[in-house]
Amino acid sequence: MSLGPDAGRLPAAFLAAGSSSFTEFVGAHAPQLLPSRRPLPPGGAFEAPHGTTIAALTFAGGVVMAGDRRATLGNIIANRDMEKVFAADEYSAVGIAGTAGIAIELVKLFQVELEHYEKIEGTLLSLEGKANRLASMIRANLGMAMQGLSVVPLFAGYDLDRSQGRIFSYDVTGGCYEEKDHHSVGSGSLFARGAIRKLWRPGLSTDEGVSVAVEALYDAADDDSATGGPDLGRGIWPTVAVVDQDGVRFLPDDVLQGVVEQVIAGRQGNPGGAR
Amino acid sequence: MTSMPFYVSPEQLMKDRADYARKGIARGRSVVVLGYDRGIAFVAENPSRALHKVSEIYDRIAFAAVGKYNEFENLRVAGVRYADLRGYSYDRIDVTARGLANAYAQTLGTVFTQESKPYEVEIVVAEVGDSSDSDQIYRLTYDGSVADEHGFVAMGGAGEQIETALKQRWRPGMSLADALSLAVELLGKDPAGGKDRSLGAAQLEVAVLDRERPRRTFRRIGGSLLTALLNSEDPTRDAPEVDDATPGHHDILTGEVPRDATTNPQTQRDAPHGTGAEPGPAPGDGD
Repeated sequence: MSLGPDAGRLPAAFLAAGSSSFTEFVGAHAPQLLPSRRPLPPGGAFEAPHGTTIAALTFAGGVVMAGDRRATLGNIIANRDMEKVFAADEYSAVGIAGTAGIAIELVKLFQVELEHYEKIEGTLLSLEGKANRLASMIRANLGMAMQGLSVVPLFAGYDLDRSQGRIFSYDVTGGCYEEKDHHSVGSGSLFARGAIRKLWRPGLSTDEGVSVAVEALYDAADDDSATGGPDLGRGIWPTVAVVDQDGVRFLPDDVLQGVVEQVIAGRQGNPGGAR
Repeated sequence: MTSMPFYVSPEQLMKDRADYARKGIARGRSVVVLGYDRGIAFVAENPSRALHKVSEIYDRIAFAAVGKYNEFENLRVAGVRYADLRGYSYDRIDVTARGLANAYAQTLGTVFTQESKPYEVEIVVAEVGDSSDSDQIYRLTYDGSVADEHGFVAMGGAGEQIETALKQRWRPGMSLADALSLAVELLGKDPAGGKDRSLGAAQLEVAVLDRERPRRTFRRIGGSLLTALLNSEDPTRDAPEVDDATPGHHDILTGEVPRDATTNPQTQRDAPHGTGAEPGPAPGDGD
């Protein structure tokens, strides 16, 4: 690189008109920053920390998303207090299961993507628009998924046009499916899904919704070794995000402690939990 | 520029370009940027609700411009891209107004000397600090020169007259209501010496960088809140600390329905909860 007269000037990609997508801009200007554009070493799958169970369910005024806190590396617990549920923007949350490093990078990219659109266009993207942007990011990650570095998110948000909470699930090829009422992803999702199915009913209140999500994660941790249960000794509680017409909020630790203690108390002598 | 029959001295060439750019800028209405006790306020005379002269760039950085809309809009988008790319590849706190002002200066300077037509714009990049001493306001002109301004800037057609008046009347630590009233009064003065106009909320575009807010500090001010702030008899002196409750984009404060303070309109959680060391989703995020 020589220091020409244009040195220091914003490169042409910055001044190009048209796109309000941060990913497209980065893809054109600095593709090495995108997880999907990095070449992978040849060879088979290798091991990296994995994040596990995420559960989401709708309630009367919106949607709740909860995730456990464990990341595993084979039989080792790689991290016992990582967070897997993030606010994507003011009205949506995204939870991740799969290869933790790439998943967190994708979430970060997704957050910037939404904020970037908001600033350039001066308006919020529709909920379907956000879900589709996430789908295209997962789709671009297919090459990595085939080498074992898959990421499967769960996306939930409050739809301002319909005034309700909605949930979208994904597969590794970037397929985006709207889920009715509730859904769960990750290694403990079978157990979580079973629990939610039995406990969920239309018109739950916010508190009931939170408690169902925590019950579901408890059941997942009960039967899946890769899902971490609440840790009373260390004070590690599941991450719970509530998305409603006021936006996204994360429940504080003291509230979660109360919910978890209630769930555990309900299971004394009744290990199957609420029903 | 393919055939030049006569020799044109570089001085003359640059002067012609500068005159051309200056004329373009002088045609537009003015914009005032001034500090107040809790942040930096931006006031523009702009009846449009969609074509903004003042915009958010990043958490603590905003942009204001006068001149040709298509040119400064292009620069604004470039600034958002610059800031988001920097914040994405480093960290949110590493995005600074100084870096952006330098990038703009290089760009404007190169265009001024090398392209057939200079940008007919004048822009301000401002960053709100933890206290008014650490606020930064950079003014950039069409030829790429940068000035580090203290307290206030006025640009556009009547920029010079407004700045002269601000020098006498602006004080550090003014309340938002006082700062806005002063800016609006000066914007309404006719530079040719004619009758003063009184500008109402509908003709103004007003925004603030509010240093007390976490993370994204940029808020537009409109509706009844702006009317109340501009009315000297109204007790409202400052923007409310909570956003509006109306679901939707929360960069606009109207003061009509205050929002439940427990919700957090931020993209990421602003403080790690729980005890002990927790890595959290974005290390070192926010403050």
